[in-house]
Amino acid sequence: MSGLKHLTAAFSAVAPPAPARRPGARPPPAARTARREPGPSRLAYRLNRLWLTPFYRRLFRIGLPLLLVAAITGLWLSDETRRANLTGGVAAVVENIQSREAFMVRTMEIEGASPAVDRALRAMLPVTLPASSFDIELRDLREAVERLDAIEKVEFRIRPGGILSAVVVEREPAILWRHARGLDLLDAQGHRVASVTSRDVRRDLPLIAGEGAARHTDEALALIDAAGPILPRLRGLERVGERRWDVVLDRGQRIMLPTARPLPALRQALAMDAQDGLLSRDVTVIDLRDPARPVLRMGLTAQNTLRRAAGLPEIDGDGNLIEPEEGGAKTAAAGNAARRGG
Amino acid sequence: MRQARRAAMARGVLAVLDIGTSKVTCIVLQFDGPGQFRESDGVGPMAGQSSFRVIGQFTTQSRGVRYGEIETMAETERCVRHAVQGAQKQAGVRVDHVIATISGARPASYGLAGEIALRSGKVTEEDVAAALAACEVPDFGRNRDVLHAQPVNFAVDARSGLSDPRDIVGDRLAVDMHVLTIDGFAASNLVQCVQRCDLELAGVGSAAYAAGRAALVEDEQELGAACVDMGGGVTGVSLFLKKHMLFADAVRMGGDLVTRDISAGLRVPLATAEWLKTRHGGLEATNRDDREMIDVTPERDEHWDGERRTVSRADLIGIMRPRVEEILDGVREVLEVAGFDQMPSRQVVLTGGASQIPGLDGLAMRILGQNVRIGRPLRIHGLAQQHTAPCHAATVGLALHAANPQDEWWDFEMPVERAGVVGLRRAYRWFRNNW
Repeated sequence: MSGLKHLTAAFSAVAPPAPARRPGARPPPAARTARREPGPSRLAYRLNRLWLTPFYRRLFRIGLPLLLVAAITGLWLSDETRRANLTGGVAAVVENIQSREAFMVRTMEIEGASPAVDRALRAMLPVTLPASSFDIELRDLREAVERLDAIEKVEFRIRPGGILSAVVVEREPAILWRHARGLDLLDAQGHRVASVTSRDVRRDLPLIAGEGAARHTDEALALIDAAGPILPRLRGLERVGERRWDVVLDRGQRIMLPTARPLPALRQALAMDAQDGLLSRDVTVIDLRDPARPVLRMGLTAQNTLRRAAGLPEIDGDGNLIEPEEGGAKTAAAGNAARRGG
Repeated sequence: MRQARRAAMARGVLAVLDIGTSKVTCIVLQFDGPGQFRESDGVGPMAGQSSFRVIGQFTTQSRGVRYGEIETMAETERCVRHAVQGAQKQAGVRVDHVIATISGARPASYGLAGEIALRSGKVTEEDVAAALAACEVPDFGRNRDVLHAQPVNFAVDARSGLSDPRDIVGDRLAVDMHVLTIDGFAASNLVQCVQRCDLELAGVGSAAYAAGRAALVEDEQELGAACVDMGGGVTGVSLFLKKHMLFADAVRMGGDLVTRDISAGLRVPLATAEWLKTRHGGLEATNRDDREMIDVTPERDEHWDGERRTVSRADLIGIMRPRVEEILDGVREVLEVAGFDQMPSRQVVLTGGASQIPGLDGLAMRILGQNVRIGRPLRIHGLAQQHTAPCHAATVGLALHAANPQDEWWDFEMPVERAGVVGLRRAYRWFRNNW
């Protein structure tokens, strides 16, 4: 048994003694950490199932962020000052960029324009140079400039170096047009170029007159081209009744041209003139309105010559008979009228 | 329930839920391919075969279940939610329909017989339904619900043993039906538990039946075998012949009882007892076991007095063996009542968690007869390694049952019950109430 004593002694030395307890007292409750029950709560379970449904998944993953972004943006922008600040800031940044050196336009160069047009063009520029090229809308400018009568075509380009170059093609006036409101210069297509005060401004251009003449400028120019021999005597073309041309010559002579195909009629008249010297005679009007039946209207001298040759009394400028010696004009006129009527 | 199952198959995703005494397992099946659930096939080899795949699985410890029946609803619900959520997460889809197992719940098997005269000279589906309706139903007792009612044998005139009598010429058609009833409260509790987890019940199966389908090979099912599912709370026994289940019963003893015995006998906590049983348990003691000492020192807490404790494996075996013998004796009694001796081939297959005890097959051979083997469940596609252990036989069996369902009475359009005969319909009131 002594061996056992050794053992027990060793045991009691090594092992810590049992904790002393007051008799009758319950042992202190174990401070055990409450083990969490595995398994989800009903709410967690239902949420998990919801998340597995593709419809709700899409709704939350895509719809919710969109909604949040829209809501935040809306709230942020609802304040007036913030909106103003935002627009002001954006405008400032834009202004900053647009005013950069590389974008500035400093000068304007115009080619192919007469001084008046040049001045007009420079005045038509909507901005004062130097300006940013973002402010100059070339297309609008071109349309505005082309509305000017004097300019047929204009090309705008902004060249590097800040130069706005305009290449202008002006309208060439081809003819003068006199109408009720004044005197206009027209180009070969009948488009108005400018208004002039008197015919002497452009002595070298032919003249047409009458309402609606501008619309048939090409016809008029063709007629003028064809009127070679009588060109020095040509005073102009008149548009009669907006239907047909009248060639007006000096010394009060007219050639009435038909509505359709006036050019062959004119040539016919010129041929008659070349043949018989018609225009150098006392003829007031050559009426070719019906080309198959040319009609001549004679002047007073020619009429009287014919009457003398026929033995008839001559007439004066008013159409009254001139009795050679006896009688007044009244009885001679009555006798003539009776003889004519008979 | 037909509609629920059809809806589940149409959606293609189905969950199998096994609520047991020791664990709750949920596996999610995906049905794909052309073999969809075809209800029109009617009698015979199942109403349509389907190919399926396991896409999610989860097991958790079960609480609130005793002897296979739900005792504490809240705890069991939580475990079910845990298992279902885990399986859903792994599968990545939400499951709405679930097929559940019931183990234990005091099952009772009845064999019913019905006979009709054929009107058209040959057997049609309406005749089969009429024959099923003509079975005289005995009084099942108070508060009993029918779990399975399967036609197991058809006989036309004198020819018996037909499994599919359609279009057979004859005068009379007789049918043998096997009806399995369980305690009504257990069934209602299960239904309510499932419903509270936002799931729809698409089918219910007996755990013993499911284990038999998983652990018995086809030859055994054809020639006759008994499957013993040794679970935690209940040991289920099911008899199979000609690919149909003939009998099912349960012994209210299981592996948990063994654990409790160890805990009481060796004065160790339950967790340690469980560990001892699974890690060092056995049933055959040898000389070596006397000397093999297992350290069962309790955890360091304020009651620890510094003493190290060891037990020998022989002690452990000495505690486990009587209880296991008692369980096997119970199984033998059940088999005797079932008429197991008259079966052509008396093969016994042990499965379930408690069947993994080393030395069980030797002990079982002495008690249950010569043809005893330890069975594992059938392999199904996609199942993880840990779920192919014998303790998951019921789960796997139920998955097979879901894919290849056996004809049940409610697959047939039953005619209106005749006067005086207590038809089957009335017995199935709770089906209508719950679904």
